[in-house]
Amino acid sequence: MHGVGIIKGMIETARNFAGSYTDPERLITVQYPEEKLPPVENARTIPFLVYDGVDAMAGLRCTACMICEKECPPQCIYIVKDQVKKPDFVGKLQVQPKVFDIDISVCMSCGICVEVCPFDAIKMDQVFELSTNDRFGGLLVDKTQLAKPNEYFVKLHKTEASEIDARREEEKQKAEAAAAAKAAAPKPTPAPAPAKPPAQAPAAATPPTPQTPAQPTAAPAPAK
Amino acid sequence: MMATPSSTDLAEPPSGNPLLEVSLGPQHPSTHGVFRMDVSLDGETVVRLKPVFGYLHRNHEKIAEKCTYLGSIPYTDRLDYICSLTNNWAYAMTVEKLAGLVPPERAEYLRVILSELTRLINHSALAGFLLQDMGALGTPLMYAFREREKILDLFESLTGARMMCNYMRFGGCRCDLPPGWIEQARSVVAKFPSFLEEFEALLTGNEILLARTEGVGVLPAKLAVNAGVTGPMLRASGVNYDIRKVDQYGIYGRFKFRVPLGERGDVFDRYMIRILEMHESLKILDQALREIPAGPIMDPKAKLRNLRPKPGEAYGRIEGPKGELGFYVISDGGPNPYRYRVRPPSLINLTILEDMCLGQTVADVVVILGSIDIVLGEVDR
Amino acid sequence: MDTLDQLKTRIEAAAPGAQVEIIPNGSPANQPSLLVDGGHARAIAQFLRDEPALAFDYASNVTGVDWPEKVTREKVKVKKVVDGVEKGVEELCEKKTPAYLEAVYHLYSMANKQGPLIVRMRTENRTDRVSLPSLTPVWRSCEFQEREIFDLYGIVFEGHPDLRRILMWPEFTDYPMRKDYVEADDYEYEPTPHDDVLAKAKRHYPAGGTPA
Repeated sequence: MHGVGIIKGMIETARNFAGSYTDPERLITVQYPEEKLPPVENARTIPFLVYDGVDAMAGLRCTACMICEKECPPQCIYIVKDQVKKPDFVGKLQVQPKVFDIDISVCMSCGICVEVCPFDAIKMDQVFELSTNDRFGGLLVDKTQLAKPNEYFVKLHKTEASEIDARREEEKQKAEAAAAAKAAAPKPTPAPAPAKPPAQAPAAATPPTPQTPAQPTAAPAPAK
Repeated sequence: MMATPSSTDLAEPPSGNPLLEVSLGPQHPSTHGVFRMDVSLDGETVVRLKPVFGYLHRNHEKIAEKCTYLGSIPYTDRLDYICSLTNNWAYAMTVEKLAGLVPPERAEYLRVILSELTRLINHSALAGFLLQDMGALGTPLMYAFREREKILDLFESLTGARMMCNYMRFGGCRCDLPPGWIEQARSVVAKFPSFLEEFEALLTGNEILLARTEGVGVLPAKLAVNAGVTGPMLRASGVNYDIRKVDQYGIYGRFKFRVPLGERGDVFDRYMIRILEMHESLKILDQALREIPAGPIMDPKAKLRNLRPKPGEAYGRIEGPKGELGFYVISDGGPNPYRYRVRPPSLINLTILEDMCLGQTVADVVVILGSIDIVLGEVDR
Repeated sequence: MDTLDQLKTRIEAAAPGAQVEIIPNGSPANQPSLLVDGGHARAIAQFLRDEPALAFDYASNVTGVDWPEKVTREKVKVKKVVDGVEKGVEELCEKKTPAYLEAVYHLYSMANKQGPLIVRMRTENRTDRVSLPSLTPVWRSCEFQEREIFDLYGIVFEGHPDLRRILMWPEFTDYPMRKDYVEADDYEYEPTPHDDVLAKAKRHYPAGGTPA
């Protein structure tokens, strides 16, 4: 009979229509903004800068190494180094950024800045409700707007954050132990009289501490 | 140079009516992107058709000469924006050939799994859009998109983004699977055949579909080969050329799957080929999801930053969902490529659009264009 | 598939007078190419397509490449007479590689499932003698790709059925993919708020500082 195919198709449509009242598989509309879908762990929208502690500017992990600015494909990051250095989590004086702007109208959420950062300072955020009325300045976020605490990062990516925290804690303890050992060591003996053979000199010159502190500037591998 | 040929060049049609010049596009509910066709009509029959594009030209090839090799990967996502992972793979494969990197086995399995999932989402989107072009007004499209959403959720939990995945790297993949991903993928693949059955019950016996697609837009095999047509369109004309079987790139040699071929090369054959290819992709996914080994996902020799391949050139190609997607990269030893070229399947497949449409009606033109499966991001780059 | 040397001898036998050269490839990809001259390119292409053992019936990719003039300086030992004694002296020698535009064709055989055969053609210079024969009558797939090379590089293909701009609009005048292409100052409607792009664009804004 001509038209059987159409009727079979309509039976399918009717099945879907009736099923949408009972089967959650068939009715998939989410009434946004009253209902929101749960966030997915790895989702990425725009980057944010991580800071430790309470003070955003003092605890910023970023050392203005300019690697993310160089590697960013659409060149949307703009960094200016500060002349004033600040101590980082180990206690060493580090360069910090004076200006760190990201133009989020240009940012394409690729995450390359996160992949190449050697200091775990920049991570991908999941906020997407970013609309603003100002087309030019409103979409240019600066250092203060980008800085978010480490607790926020832990909430987003629990496993990765705990790995990074464990590693930083370890480095901090090593640095503290090295500093303590250095302070407690006896002063090196003055160089012996020049008549003595020079083989003695290297032994007096080497510092008594057996371990050298692991400098955090030697880029630790990105947590992946 | 020469101006656009005008209808004064054409002979007077036998019916005696003056030729009607219609410009279909660039905004039109069924041109798949910003694409224009200058059609000359004798009544309702097409006498000449000239495609015009370039509305989405972003000069991606020039941008790549300014970015590093790594920085071009997010831009390749945006070429064929529906199938971003296959674009990534083609580019990563070409640079791996250029630099001599070899991805480990787990990375190869991941690439195959994601590429076949991409083929599923592309073909289901195409089936939906083709039927929408024919006037089905969204019902099959929304059924297809329901399935697509499940796969896009898989991509989001792995790569972080639904469409612009930016996942493949030179020498492997960016990050490893989160826990539970394989089980979720397996359940999606297990439920997919029931969607395909529902789709086929909805449409394949449908008389309206058969009347509008059988015998429409016939492409003979010899013309298809000479015009460089590849992908499902070529196989619908009966030519057995699937790059997964010919080049056996990656680890495709390990998977058992068939290559469906069409007989007549009309729109119905192209539509059915895509449905059958979805079945074959499910078979590959079954095998790959079972066999994926544990291990590293990056070549230990690969460098993330500052990759400088030796001077030379390489051409790498894959069987993308739309056809042969190739990348041709010339390196001069620096951090940026010297010449970076994308061989876009959608653009080449458009070469014979005019030949297929001559003598058909305007309504058929829309259906034929839908069956070629073009994405303007790739045509224009 | 035959090696390139065998192919070269076969081509030279089939198209007498053709100048065919093998260009090696430095990368691990191992894809050397054949450089053919423009005069015999059409005949060579037809031979490659019609010869049953080769059957290169599918031109997959047609690319344009711009090679501007390069000056390399290298130290060369030259025998010179210095103070009446002949000795080897190191001199800075300037070598100029000529500038040309190039069209590269990647050919495959669907019938014999054979791998890529890469054929190149070079123009004489980048300024006025930029024409090459079109291979569209042999392989229809070159049609749009040769139009794109004409549009973006400026190579004029003789024998092309419909040579006009394909991606840029018809009134556009320059060739964007060439290495010496200079973008217009105000091509970005909303430039990023820092950078020399913004400085250049600001010169075109009306007095007041904001875009029109």
